[in-house]
Amino acid sequence: MTSTALSPEPPASWRRYFGFSTDAKVIGIQYIVVAFFFFLVGGLLAMIMRGELITPEADLVDRTVYNGLYTMHGTIMLFLFIFPVLNGLNNLLIPTMIGAPDMAFPRLNTAAFWLVPVFGILLIASFFLPSGPATSGWWSYPPVSLQNPLGHLINGEFLWVLAVALSGVSSIMGAVNFVTTILRMRAPGMGLFRMPVFCWTALAAQTLQLIGLPALTGGAVMLLLDLSVGTSFYRPEGGGDPVLYQHFFWFYSHPAVYVIILPVFGIFSELFPVYSRKPLFGYVYVCLASFIIVGLGLIVWVHHMFPSGVTQWMRNLFMVTTMLIAVPTGVKVFAWLGTLWGGKIRLTTPMLFCLGGLFNFVFAGITGIMLATVPIDIHVSNTYFVVGHFHYVIYGAAVMGVFAAIYHWFPKFTGRMPYEGLGKLHCLLTFVGANLSFLPMHPMGLMGMPRRVSSYDPEFAFWNVLASLGGFLLGVSIIPFLLNMISSWARGPKAPHNPWNAIGLEWLLPSPPAEDNFGEHVPTVISRPYGYGTGEPLVEHQADIERALTLQEAIR
Amino acid sequence: MSSTPVPPSSPSAAHGEGQHANHNLTGFIIFLCSESVIFLAFFSGYAILRLAALDWLPAGVDGLEWRMPLINTVVLVSSSFTMVLAEHFKGKGKIWLFRGFWLLTMAMGAYFLYGQAVEWSGLTFGFTSGTFGGTFYLLTGFHGLHVLTGILLMGLMLAKSFVPGNYDGGEQGVIATSLFWHFVDVIWIILFVLLYVWRA
Repeated sequence: MTSTALSPEPPASWRRYFGFSTDAKVIGIQYIVVAFFFFLVGGLLAMIMRGELITPEADLVDRTVYNGLYTMHGTIMLFLFIFPVLNGLNNLLIPTMIGAPDMAFPRLNTAAFWLVPVFGILLIASFFLPSGPATSGWWSYPPVSLQNPLGHLINGEFLWVLAVALSGVSSIMGAVNFVTTILRMRAPGMGLFRMPVFCWTALAAQTLQLIGLPALTGGAVMLLLDLSVGTSFYRPEGGGDPVLYQHFFWFYSHPAVYVIILPVFGIFSELFPVYSRKPLFGYVYVCLASFIIVGLGLIVWVHHMFPSGVTQWMRNLFMVTTMLIAVPTGVKVFAWLGTLWGGKIRLTTPMLFCLGGLFNFVFAGITGIMLATVPIDIHVSNTYFVVGHFHYVIYGAAVMGVFAAIYHWFPKFTGRMPYEGLGKLHCLLTFVGANLSFLPMHPMGLMGMPRRVSSYDPEFAFWNVLASLGGFLLGVSIIPFLLNMISSWARGPKAPHNPWNAIGLEWLLPSPPAEDNFGEHVPTVISRPYGYGTGEPLVEHQADIERALTLQEAIR
Repeated sequence: MSSTPVPPSSPSAAHGEGQHANHNLTGFIIFLCSESVIFLAFFSGYAILRLAALDWLPAGVDGLEWRMPLINTVVLVSSSFTMVLAEHFKGKGKIWLFRGFWLLTMAMGAYFLYGQAVEWSGLTFGFTSGTFGGTFYLLTGFHGLHVLTGILLMGLMLAKSFVPGNYDGGEQGVIATSLFWHFVDVIWIILFVLLYVWRA
């Protein structure tokens, strides 16, 4: 560490990406690359499902296989794609944004990352078991999940629970690390209300992980004991209660969508000011709204269980709390609109992804309020309406936000510029594909088509064909992305230290940064972030730092 | 988790490694808060199952014997006080008194585990005896694992006290272990009330 601190040159060897590194920037890229590998696996499963659903008959795959497909698609996309990819962004951005040399616990960070391929392989391995993978959906409700017809000790469900528990361990290790880093390693002068919004949202999201995940882990341990040892926590025949599992599951898994969407709110809040050249509107309120979402997000989980036999007062209570979430979320949406209003907008690839993501998110928010309403929810529960809403949130908003972040910070961490043309093509295909695939799911659901079926009434065929075409378009959309990433990293134009004219500590580092970021020369922060158009410097001696970086680039 | 000692003259001690021990304690406290949620999940699961049960006790079981667990409770709660004494003597620099009381705390923890094992071996119901048996063994077993972890951590800290100069720079490990032990203690009190004091 001390030897590299003296040299301003960024480390060059590509080999460090293939070993046990403790550098957060290497781990971040490892997380993202591994996550996109699993994204392709989960996406392939989705392609098979949409291929099956293009006709009303169950003709492409067997029904049992179809059950395994949607179970594994959901599990892989959540636990092996979206959480790891966000942890990758956290690793890249948190230390550089707050001016820390690395995470608080670098070795814990390495261990947390290497658990991902371990439980990924465990989960994928269940495809090769004689009893096949888990088939009870990504939520794994008993009593379906407790059925073990072949009687094997090692079955798909067993591996599923094991993988989810390991994923929980990995996420907790990550969360302890991120929270400690944000709380204790900020640059001098960077009080909490001078911290970039991405760090605020990461702090909020990781707080949710710390509170919610142990509940899921506890519930999963009890599920595993029921499945393998023969206890009866969830077995009604032994006095147990299957609905208890739903409480444990949703106590975590509803806040989990905030764990996913909060960092994406952070990305929006970082990028809109850069590409509209205005300070973030209502910075303090955007920061605080994240924690109001945390507080409310922990008391809404029963809205997933309105048809599960909960009492009427619980339904009413959780309907109200769920609708209240729209208030802090609305604060953020209007803050972004206020930022864009009258700004000097530059429609770069990251900005286009943000705008598309915001559009989809607002749509998902409206269907979310519909779903929170008890009578509507009971009517559309377990139909494609829910699937459509969820995919608008996760693909339409969260994944588009992640793509925006990747295009925006790609030059910083690879030292190369991504190609704009391919990026815009990727954005167009993603936006059209997502809307074409997920919008038809809403009328489908309102007409009553149940989710998780491989054959359906021919009256739903029209909307299913549209959804399948949109799905295949999403499959195609990933090709320009991969081409762009590989070719621009290999031989894209060299990136300057601040290609987007952005304000933030990470843009005062060379591209790519040295292994310990600022080393011993951490600048002192003297103003709030996002000082666009104000001419106010962010740190002391900012002009000197920028001149040195420009000089260094000129002689390179 | 142990931090590498940094010579005070090293320039990086100013902002990086010098604060590292502090980070360890912060991280550990965050972890403990998170860990308490898993117990909260088990406690609330127990309460929900028990309140909803028609026949809570399985056939042939009259309830739990509470005398032996009460002795255990007294031992575990007093061990928190002996631990505070040990830390007090460490603060005064009386390292041998620290080691003595620390070892006493470990012995009390070990006695607790022994008492738990004796209780388990005398029971007429098993893990699969309905939700009563399931929750009983889950709660006491999971708590017992934490007691064992606490004893192992204390052993580690005791061994480290013999490394010359180990406690000169900081004592985060001892503070963290003691926090963990108090945590295990508080959890047991709640558990004792839920399992043994709560009568139908």
